[in-house]
Amino acid sequence: MAQSTRIGGVPRVDRAEVLALPVWRIRLNLMWRGLRANAALFAENPIGLVGLGIILFFALMALAHPILMSTVWDKGTYDPVLGIDLAIPLHPASPSATHLLGTDPLGRDILSQLMWSARSEFALGIVAALVTVVIATTVGAVSAYYGGLLDTVFMRLADLIIMTPFVTILIVLSSLFDVKLIELALVVGIVSGFGAAAIIIKSQAMTIKVRTYIEAARVAGGSNAHIIMRHIVPNLLPLSFLYMMFTVTSAIFSEAVLSFFGLLNIRMSWGLMIHTTEYTGYLLDIGKWWLIFPASLSITLLCAAFYLVGRALDEIVNPRLRRR
Amino acid sequence: MRGYILRRVGQNILTYFFFLTMVYVMIDAQPGDYSNIYLGDPRLTPDQREILRARLGLDKPVTERYVLWLKSFAQGDFGVSFSNYPRQVIDVIIERAPRTLVLFLTATVVAFYMGFLSGKVLAWRRGGFTEYATTIGGVSLYTVFTPWFGLMMIWFFAYTLGWFPIGKFIDPIVWQDSPLSAVELFQRMLVTGMMATLALFAWLLVVQRLETSRRRVASWAGVAVVLAGILAYWLPSGVGKYAADILWHLILPITTLALISFAGTMLLTRNSMLETLREDYIMAARAKGLTEKSIRDKHAARNAMLPVVTSFVFSLAFALDGGVITETIFSWPGMGLTLLRAAVSEDIPMAIGALVFTGALALTAHLVADILYAFLDPRIRYA
Repeated sequence: MAQSTRIGGVPRVDRAEVLALPVWRIRLNLMWRGLRANAALFAENPIGLVGLGIILFFALMALAHPILMSTVWDKGTYDPVLGIDLAIPLHPASPSATHLLGTDPLGRDILSQLMWSARSEFALGIVAALVTVVIATTVGAVSAYYGGLLDTVFMRLADLIIMTPFVTILIVLSSLFDVKLIELALVVGIVSGFGAAAIIIKSQAMTIKVRTYIEAARVAGGSNAHIIMRHIVPNLLPLSFLYMMFTVTSAIFSEAVLSFFGLLNIRMSWGLMIHTTEYTGYLLDIGKWWLIFPASLSITLLCAAFYLVGRALDEIVNPRLRRR
Repeated sequence: MRGYILRRVGQNILTYFFFLTMVYVMIDAQPGDYSNIYLGDPRLTPDQREILRARLGLDKPVTERYVLWLKSFAQGDFGVSFSNYPRQVIDVIIERAPRTLVLFLTATVVAFYMGFLSGKVLAWRRGGFTEYATTIGGVSLYTVFTPWFGLMMIWFFAYTLGWFPIGKFIDPIVWQDSPLSAVELFQRMLVTGMMATLALFAWLLVVQRLETSRRRVASWAGVAVVLAGILAYWLPSGVGKYAADILWHLILPITTLALISFAGTMLLTRNSMLETLREDYIMAARAKGLTEKSIRDKHAARNAMLPVVTSFVFSLAFALDGGVITETIFSWPGMGLTLLRAAVSEDIPMAIGALVFTGALALTAHLVADILYAFLDPRIRYA
């Protein structure tokens, strides 16, 4: 039987052999095994796969843009911000062979804008998600481990953040300050890091804190920092990863809303494309669908994709939700 | 129970204080100050600028300004709105807040009710095409780009079908020779609505004490009586036409906002129901030979409701955000639209006033939901 000799893709070795391996190899093997098991669980969930497919599609779009710009597309015509097609007398022009998704009222290629913006959406999402994970995991682990005043302060802060309407605050914030993409990513990351994610991760850390291996580590003389970093945080990472997905959704959504209202200092984005449509007066002109549908659908799809992947991961992290 | 409520109110006041502090830090951290607005004016001498700064209190140290700000907040003084000059910010808030309240409250209640009902049915008919279709539909409603969704609603129901007006609060042609202003009339509508709700709630409490078989008839009779009462008041009043106009303008924004916030409740109810259905008491109910409907509604759904309410409390902020966007798309002149217009035109006092109002609304909604939750689940009352 192939199953008994290979567990999770790693060849079975005896105990002596395992002990002879360097520690990092054992860790790597274990990680690989866990990943494979989780990937198998993930693959069972069609909804999660749909989400992953959409994300890959947009990632390919983002990657293809610079390649297209340097090969097929002429810089003057297809630049997402400054380009204009002078061969067409009237803009917005409907989709044609030269402009697959038509042009916007200022004569710029919609497809190029769409692909160029995908890259900044990903950058925004990744930065926001990383900030969230770092903050939420640290806050969660520290406040669960130490408790007391620190815990109270962090948890009250999280309560406050949960209660405040976030987009509303961002709107006011962007009227007071000059908000660019990177600032937005940081604000979204920090706010979601100190918000709901911190509470969920803290409650997970509370259950880890009372496990026997924490006790063992303490008896063995591990310092607080060592226990938090080596024993608590690694066990929190799956849950943090889940919250990364939800943060990406909220980052993309807030960016789209803010740039739709024209409050963001940004060169081009999906939200800004709809903003352009709005201030040139084509907003309710559904006959010119390419002015509003591609950008809106991209926002919706990418938000939904990250949310779906988050839900699928949720079923892996919380076995309670799995279908039995 | 009273201790719990008092403690929650105290906590909320403290939280609101932190919120105000945060808002103040935000205002104070912005680059420059109000006197910078006139920097480009060559007629403004440095002396005059200093006098202006002193009159605005900008020469005082930060702590003093903070206390001053809190003091004027307590007196309801948010300054003068630039874009509605010379109106006070507080005036504008008093005029427009009821519109936001109506939109927010109606949409939230409708969303919760519909979400709970459909989630319940969804969990009951598990598997197959329906499940995937509704999950995908629910998720797309949940993550849809809200402004676009609002636009599509306007385009379809108002522009193509022409069932509803394309936005705004009233139709000026209808209102040409109205004896009342829209604000006054809306206040009267609000009072009617509140009284109707209270009457229905009281009747519901009475109905609860009746026999099971009579409850359904009795509750419908109560609804009919309240509706008849509303009609009896509005029809002879002579301004019913205008009230109907406002209501007609209300339907589409409420539907949009409700649809956006409904999906979250639906998906969560489904998950929670699925867990409840595995409990032993459901098996016991089946063994007793109860009808499917009775098991679903009385045994499963009521217990599945608790986690849904918890998460609903947290989704209130989401609904408020959705409200700002909906109001903007539908040009509904409530606090959300005011906030956005103020933010775009850099009318800082108005934007801050609207933000402070939204914060108060969020906290109050949260408090009310918390207290309702304590009624619903006696286990957490003194936690």
